[in-house]
Amino acid sequence: MVRKDLGFQTICHLVLIIMSVLVLFPIALLFISSMSPESDIIKYGYSLVPKSFDFTAYKYIFKEGSVFHSYFITIIVTFTGTIVSILITTMLSYTLTVKELPGRGILSFLVLFTMLFSGGLVPSYMMWTTLFHIKNTIWALLVPNMLCNAFHIMITRSFFQNNIPPAILESARIDGMNEFGIFFKMVLPLSTPIIATIGFMKALMYWNDWTNSLYYITDKNLVGIQALLNNMLTNVKYLAQSMDASSVATDVANIPSLSMRLAIAVVGMIPMIILYPFFQKYYMKGLTVGAVKG
Amino acid sequence: MKKKNLSSRLKKYWPFYIMALPGLIYFFINCYIPMSGLILAFEKYSVSGGIFGSKKIGLQNFKFLFSNADAWIMTRNTLLYNLTFIVLGLVISIMTAFLLHELKSSLSRKVYQTVILFPSLLSVIIVSYLVNAILAGDTGFINNHILIPLGLEPVSFYSEKKWWPFILTFVHFWQMTGTSCILYLANISAIDTSLYEAASIDGAGRWQSFTKITIPCIVPTIITLTILAVGKIFNSDFGLFYQVPMNSGAIIDVTQTIDTYVYRGLLNTSNLGMTAAAGFYQSVVGFCLVFFTNMLVKKISKENAMF
Repeated sequence: MVRKDLGFQTICHLVLIIMSVLVLFPIALLFISSMSPESDIIKYGYSLVPKSFDFTAYKYIFKEGSVFHSYFITIIVTFTGTIVSILITTMLSYTLTVKELPGRGILSFLVLFTMLFSGGLVPSYMMWTTLFHIKNTIWALLVPNMLCNAFHIMITRSFFQNNIPPAILESARIDGMNEFGIFFKMVLPLSTPIIATIGFMKALMYWNDWTNSLYYITDKNLVGIQALLNNMLTNVKYLAQSMDASSVATDVANIPSLSMRLAIAVVGMIPMIILYPFFQKYYMKGLTVGAVKG
Repeated sequence: MKKKNLSSRLKKYWPFYIMALPGLIYFFINCYIPMSGLILAFEKYSVSGGIFGSKKIGLQNFKFLFSNADAWIMTRNTLLYNLTFIVLGLVISIMTAFLLHELKSSLSRKVYQTVILFPSLLSVIIVSYLVNAILAGDTGFINNHILIPLGLEPVSFYSEKKWWPFILTFVHFWQMTGTSCILYLANISAIDTSLYEAASIDGAGRWQSFTKITIPCIVPTIITLTILAVGKIFNSDFGLFYQVPMNSGAIIDVTQTIDTYVYRGLLNTSNLGMTAAAGFYQSVVGFCLVFFTNMLVKKISKENAMF
């Protein structure tokens, strides 16, 4: 029995190790190639065992303002977007837990229905561009399809229902606290786990979003890090072409385009890699809550 | 009497409506106005007429759309990819969850889980870079380090159709297995362990307790997730099908889905009506599918229905 179990454990480990290697291999390839000299990449292709290490690509990133600028745009958008959407999501979800609220059923339905039916890309695109004129404004990165979604409302609502005892809120009301005070001073402080969950998911969405930029942004000053990477994916020389000729005129021709775009990809991944260990618990929580009630 | 009652209730609850307002306004703008914009599918759009004022032309757009081979190709691709993802996904994520659950050491479970979940944090753009690093014709890993050393002809993946169904399926599971197996893992972990003990006393082997205990216990989750997936069977991950193949024209027959068609159509505004018709087709058929699968589930087991 013990031997049989040992055999089974070995199989489990073996399969999971193979899966982990498959997951990590391309990421390792990207990291290592970003630190290889451009000439080696051209000559030998992307490799796990580089002939030599070379950090020219990273040096260029630090010298070149436009990468910093994109990074800055993404950080601003992620930060603002996450805060605003946490606020909007928690306020609406909290309202939907108030039992005697007139119209609660209708409001819940209106939110839920957006999960089942949508107008799709063409009408949204027409609306945002012709009615709200958000093309080439920072709003395009913050608002369309990003700010608030029904799934987050549902998991937040079920958190409030299961974790905030109504008795506390009632006693605060009797003490004369108004509803806004109750929400901001009592409900929110008791809700840090769900705020961490949706906060991380929102931050991830904003950090990784490239579609809004694809649809609505053509202005070079509003290109975030993902959009920059996207431009470089289809056009290796994008950065060299968009560089201000006067600023780095000396060696635009020698820019290591191939390794540089990998280096930017690495730099674009790093914030999420840093945050992941701290938020993994909450992230996983958010993913499992969805399963309990679709 | 009742009216007065309502108005006094409204007076008491006004702060809640104020708190709900930003979210509701957002849903109204982001979701409900575009729904009304579906009318574009029945119009010949003109800039002067706008969304609601353009000339109504009935089903003309749909006629054009379906008289075209594109409609068949994109529907076929969308459905086949999604069916593959659903069926294969069940097997892969349940097996992974089962293996993780069976591990004795909780530390190694945590390590594997962290690793397998990691790709879900990456944007499709980064994933495209990873795929490109492996497949690229000139600098890619497969060509330079596997095919050429073995003396085989290098393959130019971005222009050969036959590879892409496998590549896209692999990339999908590479990125999504972590998140989908977590759901099942949470479910399997919640199963009462005394069931397994009783079964092993009765002489059930590992495979038997898996098929007779584990699977029946997670059936509700399987059903819920499958309904959700069937409801989205007309949708596709735009990034996966547009960005990962790098918008390559040579392989469009096997990478075009309804979402990529709609986006490509949007780039060419002269055909807006037909694009809107494709979007309408996707929204409406998708909604009907959710509705009917839900109805079906309601008949079979009421508590698993979504609404």
